[in-house]
Amino acid sequence: MIGSLDQTILQELWWILASIVGSLFLFLTFVQGGQTLIWQLARNETEKSLVINSIGRKWELTFTTLVLFGGALFAAFPKFYATSFGGAYWVWIAILFTFIVQAVSFEYRKKPDNFLGSTIYEVFLFINGSVGILLIGTAVGTFFTGSNFVLDEYNLVKWTTPLRGLEAAGNIFNISLGLFLVFNARVLGAMYLLNNIDFSDMDDFRKRTINAVFSNFIAALPFLLIVLVGLVTMKGFNVDPVTGHVNMVPFKYLKNLISMPPVLLMLLVGLGLVIFSVYTAKFKEKDSGIWFGGLGTVLVGLSIFSIAAFNNTPFYPSKADLQSSLTIYNASSSHYTLTAMTYVAFIIPLVLAYIAYVWFVMDRKKLEASEVAGPEAEEGY
Amino acid sequence: MLEQVDLSLVNWARAQFALTAMYHWLFVPLTLGLTFLCAFFETIYVKTGSEEWKELTKFWMRLFGINFAIGVATGIILEFEFGTNWANYSWMVGDIFGAPLAIEGIVAFFLEATFFAVMFFGWNRVSKGFHLFSTWMVAIGSNLSALWILVANGWMQFPTGMAFNPDTARFEMQSFFDLVFSPYAISKFTHATTSGFALSSFFVIAVSSYYLARRRHVLMAKRSIAVASVFGLVASLMLAFTGDEAAFIDAKHQPMKLAAMEGLWDGQTNAPIVALGIVNGMKKPGDFHEPFVFEVKIPGLLSLLANRQAGSFVPGINDLVFGNEKRAIMGAVTKIEKGKLAIKYLAEYKKARKEGDLKKASTALAKFNEYKQYLGYGHLKSPDEVVPPVPITFYSFHMMAAVGSAMILVFILYLFFTAKGSLDRNTWLYPIGIIFFLLAYAAGEAGWVVAEVGRQPWAIQGLLPVSVARTDIAPVNVKLTFFMFLITFTVLLIAEVKIMFKQIQIGPKEVN
Repeated sequence: MIGSLDQTILQELWWILASIVGSLFLFLTFVQGGQTLIWQLARNETEKSLVINSIGRKWELTFTTLVLFGGALFAAFPKFYATSFGGAYWVWIAILFTFIVQAVSFEYRKKPDNFLGSTIYEVFLFINGSVGILLIGTAVGTFFTGSNFVLDEYNLVKWTTPLRGLEAAGNIFNISLGLFLVFNARVLGAMYLLNNIDFSDMDDFRKRTINAVFSNFIAALPFLLIVLVGLVTMKGFNVDPVTGHVNMVPFKYLKNLISMPPVLLMLLVGLGLVIFSVYTAKFKEKDSGIWFGGLGTVLVGLSIFSIAAFNNTPFYPSKADLQSSLTIYNASSSHYTLTAMTYVAFIIPLVLAYIAYVWFVMDRKKLEASEVAGPEAEEGY
Repeated sequence: MLEQVDLSLVNWARAQFALTAMYHWLFVPLTLGLTFLCAFFETIYVKTGSEEWKELTKFWMRLFGINFAIGVATGIILEFEFGTNWANYSWMVGDIFGAPLAIEGIVAFFLEATFFAVMFFGWNRVSKGFHLFSTWMVAIGSNLSALWILVANGWMQFPTGMAFNPDTARFEMQSFFDLVFSPYAISKFTHATTSGFALSSFFVIAVSSYYLARRRHVLMAKRSIAVASVFGLVASLMLAFTGDEAAFIDAKHQPMKLAAMEGLWDGQTNAPIVALGIVNGMKKPGDFHEPFVFEVKIPGLLSLLANRQAGSFVPGINDLVFGNEKRAIMGAVTKIEKGKLAIKYLAEYKKARKEGDLKKASTALAKFNEYKQYLGYGHLKSPDEVVPPVPITFYSFHMMAAVGSAMILVFILYLFFTAKGSLDRNTWLYPIGIIFFLLAYAAGEAGWVVAEVGRQPWAIQGLLPVSVARTDIAPVNVKLTFFMFLITFTVLLIAEVKIMFKQIQIGPKEVN
C-alpha cells in the first residue's frame, strides 16, 4: 500500500513526521526551562526539591524526543544529517555536551558522595536549559539564514568557515530565535510546575512561579518580534521545482506563509494559544496553561518547519553555494527506505497512547512537599 | 573522492569512537541485565507480597538508576558522532544505517523513558501490577534498544540487503528483512545481550558477596545471589553458544578477522587453535618471521570450530592479502586493482552524465558494474591495510574467550553452594565472585575490541574504509573533542563509582 506512494509524498510525509517530533521536543523543553528556574523560584531546599522532582520525572522524555528527532532525520534525510552534523561540527558538539551533563545531573545531584557537589549538577542543568536550547534555536535559524557548505559531485560536504557552525551565532535572527526558545521554555517550565506541584501552604512559591510565567513571556517578546519581522521581510532561498536551481527571492518566507494558509493559521493559532496560556496563568491564576502553551508551541514549531521546507524552499540552504542547498527532495532516503520507515511509523500512535496514559496516571495527583522532603520523603532527585 | 585524506584525522576519529563506545559499554551491559534482574526480583515481591523482596528490589533499582543515567549520557554522543566525525559514512550508508537508529528511538527508547518514571517514582502512584508491568517494560525497552543498534552494527560487519546507486553515490536499502534477520544481527544481539546478563549477574553476586563477607544484609544477599546465579548460568551458557556461532559466521564473512583472532598467517587444513601464545608483533604480510614467540596449540580445533568440519581449510592472513589460487581465494592485491577500476569507471560515468553523453555514460556504467563489488578496496593504498592489528585482536579474543568459559564454572559454584545452603560457610568464593565481576567487564570490552578492531580498516566490511567514511574537518577539532569527552566521561565515571560505592555501603533498607 505505502510502497505504491509517490516518492514526493513519502518525502513530504517524513518531513511532517520529523517536524512533529521536533515540535513536540520544543513543547517538552519545559523541562529545560524548569532547569533554568531552579534558583529563581526556589527559596529553600524543599522548594528546590519540588522543582527538580517535578520536571525531573519528565527529563527522559525530552531527551528521548531529541534523540528520535536526530534518528528520524538520519533515516529520512541522511544528506542533511551528514551535511549539518559533519559541517556545523561545533554547534552540534556543544548542544550534545549540554545534554550529556544533563543526563546525570538529576540522578546524581542529591546522592551522597557525588564527587562534584550538588551545585555543580545544578549548574549543569542550567547550562543545558540555557545554552543547549539557545544553540538548538540558532541551528534551526540557519534553516532560514543559510549555512556555509559546499557539496561535491559525490555529495560529500566541505564547510567553508573554520568556526564550523559557530558562526551562526553571529546572526541576529538565529540568536533571537534561540533566545525566544529559551524564554519560551522558561514560560512552559513555570506553567508545568504550576500544573504539577501541590502548592498548599506555599503561596509565595506559587506567586513566584506565576510571576516567572509572565516575566519570561515579556522577556521572550522582543526576540519573537525580531524573528517574526525577520521572517516576513528577509530574502529567502527558493528552488525551481523543474530545474532544481536555487536562487534568492525577496520576501520568500512571507510568500510561503501566504501560499500556505493552513501554515499561517497554525502560526497565528499557536502564538495565540501561547499568549492565552500566559494570560490564564497570570490573570486567572489557572494551572492548565501548560496545555495551551504546549499546544501553541507545537503549532508554532510545525509552522516554522513547514515554512522552511515546503513551497519550493530548501530547508537547509547553503550561503556558500546556493546549488548545494538541501531540499526535502534531494536530501532524502530512497523510496524503499522511506516506505519501510513509514510502516514502522504506524506504531507511533501506540507510543503516544502509552506515553499519555503513563503521564496521566503519574500526574493525576500533584507532587506534594512531603514526597520530596522530610522524614516521609520517597526516593527522588 | 579521496585526494586529501589526513590519516591523523581518521585515527583521531577512530580513537574518539573507540573512547566513547568503550565508555558507553561500561554502563550498557549492566543496564541490560540488571533491569531484568530487577524485574525478576519485583515479580517475586508481587507474587509473595513480602516487604523484604520489595526493599531488595528497590535497592537494586537504585543502583540500576545510577548506572542508567550515565549510560544515557554516554549513549547520546554515539548516535550523533556518526554525523559529526563520520559525515561521509552518514551520507553513503545513511539510507540503510539510519533506519535502525530511528526505529530504536520509536520502539525502544520511549518504552524505557516512559516506564522508567513509573519504575522509580510510581511506587505510591500506581497499582502493584502496573508498577511490575512498568519494570518489565523498562527491561524489554532496554533490550529492544540493544537489538536495533546491534542490527545496525551487524550490518556494518556484514552488509546485506542493499545496492550501490551510482547516481547518488551511496548505498541504498533493498531489503529491510535481510538487514534485520542477517546472521550478524542475530549473532551480535544474542551475544552482546547475554554478555550483559552475565556481567549484571556478577554485579549482583559481587555486591551480595561483599555483604556476606561483612555479615550485613545476609538474607537479602543470599536471595539476590540465588536469582543472579541462575540467570548468570543460563546467560553464560548462551554466551558460549552464541560466541561459537559468532566465530563460525566470521569464518564465512570476515575471514581476516578470524585469522587475526587466531594469529593464523598461513592458511592450512586441520588448522589449530592457539590456546595460549605470545604474538610476534613485528610480523608483516609476506615476511618470514615466526608468528608467535611462544604458543600452545590444540591441533585441528580451529578447522572444526570455523567450518564445523574436521580437517577443513582455514585461510590465513597471507592468503587473504596475496590470494591463494589453489583455494580460489582472491587476495586484497587483486581486489584493490579491481576497486581502482571501479572508482575510475564511476568517475567516468558521472562525468559523462554531467556532460549529457548518455552513450559514454552507459558504457562506463556497465564497466563500473563489473567491478563495483570491489569499490571499497579501490580506496586502499596498500594491501597491508586490510590486515587489522593482529596482537590487539589476538589477545582481546583470547582474554574474552578464557573469561567467558571460566565464568560458567563460577556461576555453577555459586548455584551449587546456594542450593546446598552453605554459601556463608564458603567464604573463599566471595573474592572470586568480585574478581569475576571485574573480569566480566574486561571481557565485554575485549569482545568489542575484537569485533571492531578486528574488522579494520573497514567502516562497512569490504565496502567503505574508514579513510573514506570520515568527515572532512581539520584534525584539531576532533582532537579537542576527544579530550573533551575523555575528561567529561572520566569525571562522570568517578562520580558514578563513588555514588555507587556509597549506596552499596548504605545498603538496602532492612525490614523489621
